[in-house]
Amino acid sequence: MKTLRQRNIRDNLMVGLLYASTILVLTPLVIIIGYVIVNGISTISIDFFTQELGSPSRAMQGRPTGLVHTILGTLVVDSLALIMAAPLGLGAGIMLSEYPDHKLNPLLRVMNDTLNGMPAILKGLLAFALVVKPMGAFSGLAGGVALAFVMIPIIARATESALMTIPWSIREAGLAIGLPRWRVVLSTVMPAARTGLVTGFLIAFARAAGEAAPLMFTSFGNNYLPNRWSGMIFGPVDTLPQRLYSLAISPYKEWHAMGWAAGVVLLVFVLGLFFAGRMLTRQKFKV
Amino acid sequence: MQHEQTGTIAEKPVSIIYRWLGDRIFLTLVVALGLSIILLAGAMAWVLTDESGMALKEFGVIGFLTGTTWDPGVQFRFGAFPFIAGTLITSVLALVLAFYPAIAVAIFIAEYAPRWLGHIIENLVHLIAAVPSVVIGIWGIFVFAPWMRDTFYFPIYEWAANHHPSLLPILGSPIGYGMATATIILALMIIPFTTALTRDAIRQVPKEQREAAWALGATKWEVIRMAVIPYSRGGIMAGAILSFGRAIGETMAVAMLIGNNNNLPFSVMGPAATMPSVIVNEFREAVGNLHLSSLMAIGLVLFVVSLIVNLVAAYVTRKLSITGGQSI
Repeated sequence: MKTLRQRNIRDNLMVGLLYASTILVLTPLVIIIGYVIVNGISTISIDFFTQELGSPSRAMQGRPTGLVHTILGTLVVDSLALIMAAPLGLGAGIMLSEYPDHKLNPLLRVMNDTLNGMPAILKGLLAFALVVKPMGAFSGLAGGVALAFVMIPIIARATESALMTIPWSIREAGLAIGLPRWRVVLSTVMPAARTGLVTGFLIAFARAAGEAAPLMFTSFGNNYLPNRWSGMIFGPVDTLPQRLYSLAISPYKEWHAMGWAAGVVLLVFVLGLFFAGRMLTRQKFKV
Repeated sequence: MQHEQTGTIAEKPVSIIYRWLGDRIFLTLVVALGLSIILLAGAMAWVLTDESGMALKEFGVIGFLTGTTWDPGVQFRFGAFPFIAGTLITSVLALVLAFYPAIAVAIFIAEYAPRWLGHIIENLVHLIAAVPSVVIGIWGIFVFAPWMRDTFYFPIYEWAANHHPSLLPILGSPIGYGMATATIILALMIIPFTTALTRDAIRQVPKEQREAAWALGATKWEVIRMAVIPYSRGGIMAGAILSFGRAIGETMAVAMLIGNNNNLPFSVMGPAATMPSVIVNEFREAVGNLHLSSLMAIGLVLFVVSLIVNLVAAYVTRKLSITGGQSI
């Protein structure tokens, strides 16, 4: 039997270890984010938001280059993805939470989790086979489909848990005054859960916006702004994560600097969305 | 029950379309949307199998899995073994590196940190988990890999060259981009994920469990050791397995840092490749149908591995979690 003294020493030792490892883990992670932000902000200029990238020689001759086409492309592709993913995710979430006895639910839950656990790059391969191959061209639409595959399971899960937080008594109240089931869901449960639903969308959007792997062979990338708006949907489109990768592995110094700028823009975009999502849930608990 | 009674009292003529048909349509719609997710998961399996058919027929399933040559240029021979090995080695090592620190942070947040600090760290961990992989990758390429090369790889290589030349092939070329760098970055990337899942598991431990241990006169660490960790071990294990799944599928940061060498043998510091990294690197440039099909087949292997990992995690959560005296 150990003495109390030994046990207390052990106790203090573990406290020290825990403190040490927490600092050890958090420091490099904070350093990464800090480094990207500091380094990126110093390379951002107004040209970054107003010019297109062009060929490498353009940057090496010192002419103004930027990533306006990339930023627009990101917004278009991500929005396309959200438009496609939202109904599917919402529908599945409603099915899981509002019809808990449905026979397909266990299967749906397993499939949804499986889909969520699949590496994003496989979703890119799927979108390649389903959209790029039949259409015969890389396109923003294909990129949107790939990102939709990333968003769907997240939205479904978030919708389910958001709707589950609404007590059954609310639904019973609705049914008791004679509302049909679909009105109960649409007019009482979903409005009551709207913060949770919006949070789910924001988190899914943020996750998908940071993914580069599924976009490499779906929206492919483009150094120029498409001539017409339809080029954003039916032609190859640049997106921030994929452009960041291309810039980082390119051999040009000027492009490396622009990569840092793209990194900070992407980081702020993704973390901003994510932060907004978390803030919303925070409020819900307060009220 | 009660609402049926009130239902009959409040009965009012309502259009049958509004009530009966509306419910039918809504249910059909919702089920159709749910079904499409099931179909989507099925489509992924089917598409990958279908697309990889050509490669699997050419080399045979076993031949493809164990083949060690990946030559898209001259011989047109494709074997997945180097990438399977690369993926498994980096992911297992990353998990080993990440496991204890991640759990330590979770225990610190849950048990030791003052409330405000725990809150801040927890939010920070979630925030870090949301940082895109490419952003970590660009830091890795321009800051981490050169730093590792100058501080560790070169001195180690020099020392080995002077004292134990036999170690050199094991260490590999110290260019900075290689297995060691990729593994460390991978570990850093899965730590927030593991921490968040472990934190969730610890949150499930009921207060009574801790109080019982306190009542026996346990010190704080003993409470954690005796009451908290055993109770949450199912969740912690499942979290570790899911993190492993994350590491397997992690693409961009690894592709940017591993150096992309498709040929065995891999070495400690030298360049290597993983399943996702080879897909991302070669898919855009693949011209031959056999090459494309082989990359799809690698995708299929990745799919199967991820599927197994996810199912095992689901099984572990169900089997290993102790629910104390409570049923459910």
